[in-house]
Amino acid sequence: MANTGDISRTTGWQGAVDDWSGDKESFTNVPWGKAMMWIFLLSDTFIFSCFLIAYMTVRMTTTDPWPIPSEVFALTVFGETVPLLLIAIMTFILITSSGTMALAVNYGYRGNRKVTAMLMLATALLGASFVGMQVFEWSKLILEEGVRPWGNPMGAAQFGSVFFMVTGFHGLHVSIGVLYLAIVAFKVWRGDYESRGYEIVEIAGLYWHFVDLVWVFIFAFYYLW
Amino acid sequence: MAYADQDTGQHHGPDGFVWKYIFSQDHKVIAIQYGLTAIGVGLVALVLSWLMRIQIGYPGALEFIDASSYYQYVTMHGMIMVVYLLTALFLGGFGNYLIPLMCGARDMVFPFMNMLSFWFYFVSVLILMGSYFVPGGPTGAGWTLYPPQSILPGTPGSDWGILMMLASLGVFIIAFTMGGLNYVTTVLQARARGLTLMRLPLSVWGIFTATVLGLLAFPALFVSAIMLLFDRLLGTSFFMPYIVSMGQALDYGGGSPVLFQHLFWFFGHPEVYIVALPAFGLVSDVLSVHARKNIFGYRMMVWAIIAIGAISFIVWAHHMYVSGMNLALGYFFATTTLIIAIPTAIKVYNWVLTLWHGNIRLNTPMLFSIGFISTFLIGGLTGLFLGNVAVDIPLSDSYFVIAHFHMVMAIAPVMVVYAAIYHWYPKITGRMYNEALGKFHFWSTFIGTYLIYFPMHYLGFEGMPRRYYAYEGYEFISDSAAGLNEFITIAAIVVGVLQVVFLWNIFYSALKGKIADGNPWQATTLEWFTPDTPPCHGNWSDELPVVHRWAYDYSVPGAKTDFIPQIQPHTPDEPVHEEGNH
Repeated sequence: MANTGDISRTTGWQGAVDDWSGDKESFTNVPWGKAMMWIFLLSDTFIFSCFLIAYMTVRMTTTDPWPIPSEVFALTVFGETVPLLLIAIMTFILITSSGTMALAVNYGYRGNRKVTAMLMLATALLGASFVGMQVFEWSKLILEEGVRPWGNPMGAAQFGSVFFMVTGFHGLHVSIGVLYLAIVAFKVWRGDYESRGYEIVEIAGLYWHFVDLVWVFIFAFYYLW
Repeated sequence: MAYADQDTGQHHGPDGFVWKYIFSQDHKVIAIQYGLTAIGVGLVALVLSWLMRIQIGYPGALEFIDASSYYQYVTMHGMIMVVYLLTALFLGGFGNYLIPLMCGARDMVFPFMNMLSFWFYFVSVLILMGSYFVPGGPTGAGWTLYPPQSILPGTPGSDWGILMMLASLGVFIIAFTMGGLNYVTTVLQARARGLTLMRLPLSVWGIFTATVLGLLAFPALFVSAIMLLFDRLLGTSFFMPYIVSMGQALDYGGGSPVLFQHLFWFFGHPEVYIVALPAFGLVSDVLSVHARKNIFGYRMMVWAIIAIGAISFIVWAHHMYVSGMNLALGYFFATTTLIIAIPTAIKVYNWVLTLWHGNIRLNTPMLFSIGFISTFLIGGLTGLFLGNVAVDIPLSDSYFVIAHFHMVMAIAPVMVVYAAIYHWYPKITGRMYNEALGKFHFWSTFIGTYLIYFPMHYLGFEGMPRRYYAYEGYEFISDSAAGLNEFITIAAIVVGVLQVVFLWNIFYSALKGKIADGNPWQATTLEWFTPDTPPCHGNWSDELPVVHRWAYDYSVPGAKTDFIPQIQPHTPDEPVHEEGNH
């Protein structure tokens, strides 16, 4: 701070404001990519919030009865009908993938690049299996239950419209995340980040945890409600 | 090592015309690309406004204007001016050019993404213009694109035009997001040594806050565009209630048209401030430089920008008083709307007090800045009328609203666009514009816009409704309206044509103007102290600038010159004038 003149030392609220508004960087030691990812996720939060609020609004405005999700998304296994079985498995897999991702970040900062790459690959594979199960869910709904974006035999047309739009947009996020993780995992394996540091693993992790968190909200508001 | 430490050493830009000027990653080239594209598409919208005015002033004079094409002009004029001209020019143009220079950075933090941002914007403009070449032409749904009418037969462009419009908006939002993430991250994480947030020029504060607004508001437009696209293409009913159209029940049912309006205006109202906040910031700097005085109440100016930005997210439904929304909500939104006038008024007072006792140079940028205060004040005051439910309902669909929002968010920001272009012209091109032509441009535009929009307030009080294609046979419109409409049309065409003076001035002066030195206005901020003018690739020489003071040390008592650059260190005996740092 020798050259910066007269930035005064303050305490209390003023001190908090001054810390944040100091010179060069507002978030000390936060890489550019990480700051940008946080801001992007904030913006993306607004996209998913708008989707969910729109879903709740049309659920209120539609005059037809809303199908009961736990019945629509039930699976019959060994003659036993289990409500939301597939969705429960999907949710479990996605949350597990957040765990492997967190481990990857840890191993990344330790500089253990083989384990980091393997953990990221495991995360990507779990994500891919989530998307695979979503494909199964979609095709079952379309082919067996006759659900279409413009209508379905069970009740309000918006049930299907919202389902395809919201889970589709989320599935797109997961798919992009799988690709992103696979690319970063490959580069970690190859040692591209040895000199630059492993913040990139954490940045990819931020995105992945976000996609995970969004799923929790979709699960709660769409499937459980 | 802090992450913000940028590399030193001379930066050599890429060689070859294509990589230097077309697919450039230099923020200054991208800014000029954004600016020229925005002005180009803005000229299209200007011609559309002439066509509308000719139809209103001289009904039937041009035979190719029918009701459908009139509504297409209305729609395209509005959408182009708000999104593709003003948003792109302020953030993509001025944001790109000024943020790295004023922050003392070498470039935006992710230059490649910044380049992609421009090219996505360019593609969105091509898609939008392409809607003139599809069957049925562009959409004529009005710039708000309200369903159900925007996607049903009977509205012009309901086959293809609306699809092109929604696709174009989607691409624009992706472009904006890529650019916006860059602007915000650059301001937060890549400032020069000594440049605290509270030492930033207000231009950066305005553009920064507007970009944050955009990143949080455009998602609502993005989502509503996707849902409207699905309603139109897949037959979903997000926004479509049960409808009987031309005697036939449609396949739609159960959706909410008002939902679209909420989503649209949740974007649409912050959008007003996405345009206005950069204008507030830029004009503050121009006023301060040419009044040779520090900006009055810098700290309050910053907090006012932040407060306006925050409150702008909870006022959106004042656009919907006549929509059939629950009237109890009107109380809430009228209150928040009137509250937002407080920080706005603080800003206006501070601009005027900045001029007070200043050593004013009445050159072109200064004239346009004063013109901004005038038009913004008039437009803001009529906004207070329209913020009240009881006054808004009778005035809502009249020319009073046209007059209000053109004064406050069309003319006022355009005044700042001109002030800023003239002000930073010597830095961007290295040459001076022609001052006499600039002054002529100001007086013709300033007087002309009042001639256009002032009579519209009167027309609105008379009850002349907006968005009508023809006015014959309506008893409630008085005969005097026709004469006034003719007058407005003539004024609009004359003012529009006179903008040629501006175009001539900037293009001719770029080639033949007097060579400008690095800091022709004796300003203090970093962009005027680049080693080269125009700045080279990488902006600075081996050393990055170091900042020692705020941006507004003008006419400091006891100082040798009437300005002290931000890069000049404090001397031990110099009193500290920086606000808040006593």
